[in-house]
Amino acid sequence: MTPPIEIQNLSVAYHKKLVLTDIHYTSPKGECIGIIGPNGAGKSTLLKAIMGLLPLATGTVLIDGQPIKQQRHKIGYVPQRESVDWDFPTNVFDVVLMGRYGKLGWFRRPNRADRQFAMECLEKVGMAELADRQISQLSGGQQQRVFLARALAQEAQIYLMDEPFAGVDAATEKAIIHVLHDLKQQEKTVFVVHHDLQTVEEYFDSLLLLNRKIIAAGPTKEVFQIDRLQQTYGGKLTVLSTQANAFMVR
Amino acid sequence: MTFFTQWFQEPNALWVMIGTTLLGISSGVLGSFAFLRKRGLIGDVLAHAALPGICLAFLITGSKNPFTFMIGAIVSGTLASLVIIWVTRYSRIKEDTALGLVLSVFFGIGIVLLTQIQHSHNGNQSGLDKFLFGQSAALVESDIRVMGISAVILILITFLLFKELKILCFDPQFGAILGFPMRFLDLLLMFLLVIAVVNGLQAAGIVLMAALLITPAAAARYWTERLDHMVLISAGIGALSGILGTIMSGMIEHMSTGPIIVIAATCLFLISLLLAPKRGLISRWIRRYQFQKKQQIRTTKGRESLE
Repeated sequence: MTPPIEIQNLSVAYHKKLVLTDIHYTSPKGECIGIIGPNGAGKSTLLKAIMGLLPLATGTVLIDGQPIKQQRHKIGYVPQRESVDWDFPTNVFDVVLMGRYGKLGWFRRPNRADRQFAMECLEKVGMAELADRQISQLSGGQQQRVFLARALAQEAQIYLMDEPFAGVDAATEKAIIHVLHDLKQQEKTVFVVHHDLQTVEEYFDSLLLLNRKIIAAGPTKEVFQIDRLQQTYGGKLTVLSTQANAFMVR
Repeated sequence: MTFFTQWFQEPNALWVMIGTTLLGISSGVLGSFAFLRKRGLIGDVLAHAALPGICLAFLITGSKNPFTFMIGAIVSGTLASLVIIWVTRYSRIKEDTALGLVLSVFFGIGIVLLTQIQHSHNGNQSGLDKFLFGQSAALVESDIRVMGISAVILILITFLLFKELKILCFDPQFGAILGFPMRFLDLLLMFLLVIAVVNGLQAAGIVLMAALLITPAAAARYWTERLDHMVLISAGIGALSGILGTIMSGMIEHMSTGPIIVIAATCLFLISLLLAPKRGLISRWIRRYQFQKKQQIRTTKGRESLE
């Protein structure tokens, strides 16, 4: 069986400075995988390298055994919500519809089936009644859910989510968890860049501890250990209580 | 009324009117995308960058044919946009600095060439300095034909690639993930902008063309929250500016059309800024006033119930 994502000897540089080095990774299939690491560890960079958005200094990334160029349709992406200007003249439904553009290809416009599908994706994140809302009128959590629905509209096999839980309200958190469960049931592989160590064990089957290189990767039970985490956070991590999973990241 | 009948009897007046309308439409449509791509200054840069191309076209061919000038302007405008994209991608220089650099370097070269031409023997008749401030009154049928054809091409491409241009302006990274060649689309948009700008140089001039590209789009943004509507409204405001400007400059003697068109566009922008529903300043003031009043009533009610 070919793994959904296979990374060999990957390194990525920004302006000749190496951000990621020596990444070797084979991902499990149909799991929800957390990518954990401090600020500047290269988590978003790893996602972008997987999607072929950055030039690789060395190494290869294979999606289902083939290079990204032939496999773009298999990837769904939820960017950080700050990555766009929300004062753009468009509404919620239209943004979700953008998820269908890849399947449509050049020149073609979305048809009725695309619209219906986009609406279903909005329902899945609990935003159907806000379909006509201007995107400038959304709260942070609602913005996040719009991006999540847009990724669902891509009908991908592998989902990459860049800090979807960052600074969202309870309703959004619930909606995201619901979607993650759904995706897992459909045997899709989901990567989530995540910050909150308290919830790691609850959300993820597997982990990828990252700080410029892979510190540890594997099932959460095996990898989520204090020494490994301290290695990842490089002395910036204070353990308050191991029972309560209370950590403090400086 | 007698003014209009008299004015339209002038053989060229109608052509000028059609030309400025076409110019308003094409710059309004393309300006919307430049505005949303946050490239408000690009019109200014491309217009200035056209000058060396125009001068070189004259030096090489020695002809005063507007079509030759246009080719020269397109070539140097395209070169300028390539330089902007390359500088931002391959150096640490940010886009605003790159825009400033390209504008001054290209315009500097243009002025040097222009001075050279004017000091040479046949230079005085070249009429190249007209491009600095534009001269729409000199538009003739053949100019209008060229403008009309390029306006139609611009609008057609925008219509066909509407969803691709939309994603380029809203979320280019996501567009790349979907498999669209975003660098190519970005270059294409630049090229379309070059054509829209070059189209207006003869009528509006280098200095004023920038305003004509971005003002209708900025005004249109106040009236709508939908991209397709914004493009249409922007085209309408551009066309209206062209028409109003041409008529007004016809009424006032010794008044060139280009500047009046820009003033008309600016007036339409100010009207939008103040009067547009929802986004306009006045409606915002009213909403804030109503909100404050509501809050006041609530607090006094609260106080009364406490007492």
